[in-house]
Amino acid sequence: MPPVSRGFRGRRQPDAAAARLPPGQYETRDFPVLSAGPTPRSPLTAWSFTLHGANGRTARWTWDEFIALPRQTTTTDIHCVTKWSKFGTVWEGISVDTLLEAGATKGVEPSPYVLASCDGGYTTNLPLADVTGGKAWIAFMYDGAPLPPEHGGPARLLVPHLYFWKSAKWVRELRLMENDAPGFWESLGYHNYGDPWREQRYAGDE
Amino acid sequence: MSPDGTAPRIAWRLATVIDVIPETARTRTLVLDVPDWPGHRAGQHVDVRLTAEDGYQAERSYSIASAPEDSRLSLTVEELKDGEVSPYLSEELRSGDKLELRGPIGGYFVWDVSLGGPLLLVAGGSGIVPLMAMLRHRNAVVGTADADRHRVPARLLYSSRGWDEVIYRDELARLTEMDTALEVRHTLTREQPQGWSGFKRRIDRAMLEEVAWPPSEKPQIFVCGPTPMVEAVAQALVELGHQPAGIKTERFGPTGSTG
Repeated sequence: MPPVSRGFRGRRQPDAAAARLPPGQYETRDFPVLSAGPTPRSPLTAWSFTLHGANGRTARWTWDEFIALPRQTTTTDIHCVTKWSKFGTVWEGISVDTLLEAGATKGVEPSPYVLASCDGGYTTNLPLADVTGGKAWIAFMYDGAPLPPEHGGPARLLVPHLYFWKSAKWVRELRLMENDAPGFWESLGYHNYGDPWREQRYAGDE
Repeated sequence: MSPDGTAPRIAWRLATVIDVIPETARTRTLVLDVPDWPGHRAGQHVDVRLTAEDGYQAERSYSIASAPEDSRLSLTVEELKDGEVSPYLSEELRSGDKLELRGPIGGYFVWDVSLGGPLLLVAGGSGIVPLMAMLRHRNAVVGTADADRHRVPARLLYSSRGWDEVIYRDELARLTEMDTALEVRHTLTREQPQGWSGFKRRIDRAMLEEVAWPPSEKPQIFVCGPTPMVEAVAQALVELGHQPAGIKTERFGPTGSTG
């Protein structure tokens, strides 16, 4: 066990909350904002979402087309690598499964990895298996209202079982790839996969 | 840093508190001796881990205040009302105590002189800490008084609630006295001393236009402070024509807008 910090008592969570907290995390009721640069603000008329196949085929939706796709609502805990977790957040958006099914009709085929790209230049990489099977969404509503820009609006990737930097804000495309390639934070010392329950915060964490 | 998991794990290290320096009523600097510290870049942070007697642990992140060139690592910690870790660091911890930390962490919000300038720093409250590491680094690299022409021009716009809440106030004054390539402008948003002739409002677009280099100078911009302040400053800088990719931000605290 690590050495005791003299005089530190700490603020223990009730057991129910403690069980929901991955190692090293604490619960916040607020919704902190972590972004590496200015918040991009692009009009919805200029917004589109594109699914790129590794085979060069694409599927693309305008804003109106996108929000007309079958929606799902999900309630989930989220975990930021900067240590805060937030319980029971409510999101509405389009499942990545739905996008892949629609993409398949345009010839977009699955590949083992995806790279999400965003307004502002942010990117993040994930295995396809982590964004399929009901595990990931492109969310545009938060807590019953349009997602605010500082939290990633108009739309962000939502992959709540991984640290929240994987839930890329201002997402505009998902690119299917045969080989994995690190995204923004993954190139700057953060973990390539980012499982909060294994505390995979930084490169080298097991 | 490689994606295949071959990077070495950032190890927890057991630091010793060498000194505790009061900065303001709510902030103090912890000067640490860290065995085998691998070095850092100005702007990076560390994770701190506290362990209670029953094994309960709490982790938080703190910006590094010292320059890479300094002999000791230092953290400046602000006591947050209702905080779990910061009251311990800012009140309980004393010289001789041990403190577990690991780092350095963060590879984006960093600056060193090789990246050039001009350098525009915008701080709100304790957001000064990683920016101070940049100024200390800049000063350490060219430390002689006649070397101004070698220095990267730098400007700091620093928002505090009152004059007594300005962290590193005397050190900033000393740095500007000996360095004509450095300008420091304060704004005091709540209380100003008698005869105060500086800014006395929150940082806004007009203030940034007055203090910042024009976009044509392509300044490297770092903004750190409470979330609403950073949102407003970054937005105003973009509106003034600065390239979003040249504006690096760190936000902390409540959002203030969306809960």
